[in-house]
Amino acid sequence: MARPSPKALRGLLVPLAALALWQLLSAKGILNAHVLPSPGAVLERWWTYLRPGEAFDPSQMSKLRWMLSGELPQDAFASLYRVLAGFLLGGGLALPVGLAMGYSRFLHGLLDPLVQVLRPIPPIAYIPLAILWFGLGNPPAIFLISLGAFFPVLMNTMAGVQHVDGIYLRVARNLGAGRMATFLRVILPAATPYILAGARIGMGTAFIVVIVSEMIAVNNGLGFRILEAREYMWSDKIIAGMFTIGLLGLGIDTLMSLLTKRLLRWHRGLES
Amino acid sequence: MSAPAQIQVRNVHKVFSTGGAEVVALKGIDLDIHPGEFLCLLGPSGCGKSTLLNAVAGFSLPTTGEILVDGRPVTAPGPDRGMVFQEYALFPWMTVEQNVAFGLQIKKRPRAEIRDTVQGLLRMLHLEEFRARFPKDLSGGMRQRVAIARVLALDSQILLMDEPFGALDALTRRTLQDELLRIWSELKKTILFVTHSLEESIYLADRIVLMTYRPGTLKRDVTVDLPRPRDAASPEFNAMKKELGGLLMEEQNRHAQAEFTGTAVD
Repeated sequence: MARPSPKALRGLLVPLAALALWQLLSAKGILNAHVLPSPGAVLERWWTYLRPGEAFDPSQMSKLRWMLSGELPQDAFASLYRVLAGFLLGGGLALPVGLAMGYSRFLHGLLDPLVQVLRPIPPIAYIPLAILWFGLGNPPAIFLISLGAFFPVLMNTMAGVQHVDGIYLRVARNLGAGRMATFLRVILPAATPYILAGARIGMGTAFIVVIVSEMIAVNNGLGFRILEAREYMWSDKIIAGMFTIGLLGLGIDTLMSLLTKRLLRWHRGLES
Repeated sequence: MSAPAQIQVRNVHKVFSTGGAEVVALKGIDLDIHPGEFLCLLGPSGCGKSTLLNAVAGFSLPTTGEILVDGRPVTAPGPDRGMVFQEYALFPWMTVEQNVAFGLQIKKRPRAEIRDTVQGLLRMLHLEEFRARFPKDLSGGMRQRVAIARVLALDSQILLMDEPFGALDALTRRTLQDELLRIWSELKKTILFVTHSLEESIYLADRIVLMTYRPGTLKRDVTVDLPRPRDAASPEFNAMKKELGGLLMEEQNRHAQAEFTGTAVD
């Protein structure tokens, strides 16, 4: 078995120290449990939140479904579904538009002023319109998330196409490649590092927006749950929910980073 | 020579305008390059040798005059004039093999033919072991081998080379020069080779065309009739080096002078 590297251990040092301090302050009664409950209390609440609410009944559902029937897994799924749906919708639209705007000066001139005006508007500002247009439930949430994912993917894709080194285009022409082949086999792969960086930022934005949108438009998901917990002053549950969001975000970002490494194994920037 | 010229450069002028000032890069160039000839364009930086090469390649057409290749005027870049660049310019997202196959795929050759051609070229350039590598994992010399294989795959009669070995160390450079000569004598290509190295041009060329510094004109057109393989330490080689070296230095000094007075624009 490989020993954990000193680097990984170093990374754990500060979180553990913070946790120990937190526990100490709680045990000494310095921290008010209503304001900031002890790590133990949070962990306990987390477990309750995670655990299935009802006893296992084989006639009702499979074991796996039962294990995931707790409030937290259900909330996590609901949030994840919205993130993915919004990201795929927003990113999926941004990719072709970004490619076209990066490639064609004409389209860039046509669309860029509009993009530049819309881009600084935070997705949060669309909340009233989102509710007006889509009512309540998943549609307004997914709309907001897709807005959040759209602009990072768009801007990066556009920049990626615009920054393709001219020498590759010269080589492609010299080797007889037409416009289509040049676009698909030269411009697109050359722009991939930018596009993937945009996708990663877009995913991060989608994660921020999903929490906010769940606070206003739906009645499940992690964002809804921590707002609900506030109503009851369950600060331990709020914190448990927040950490869940953190871990989920970390998981997604790790997956994105693995995908990036795989797709960009040719890329110099990843040489270690 | 009795055979018709393969590349005909006819009274070519090239003028660049940079920031309001006009720079005459090429002035009244006339040049015939025959099939199978290895011709070196030699001169200091700024003499227009790369400009002339780019004009033949079709990347940057002459302001006036014309260039004919096999009797047809050059209007655009094309796979009949494969080019090897100093900076290699391999597609970094493709493996060695994919880089070499690219031109053939563009030509939509049958799969089996592409496989065989690529295989043959990888063998010819001693790249078989590296076929699945990405360019970032190759040395400069290896990268340039791939770039040469990539244009040879086009099977064009003409090979254009823009200081292809300029970024390599001396030993690697000599190895690649010898490989290029071997390929040239095997495949009977017409090679137009740009360099600022006098030694390199005498080692490689049938014919050296020395260019003047701005405006770029043809200063001297010399046939190199030393027997091959050439010995860079032989008295004949050195005599030639001495003769051309003086002419080259005149142009180099004009270039240096222009740099001092701030009129050099690259």
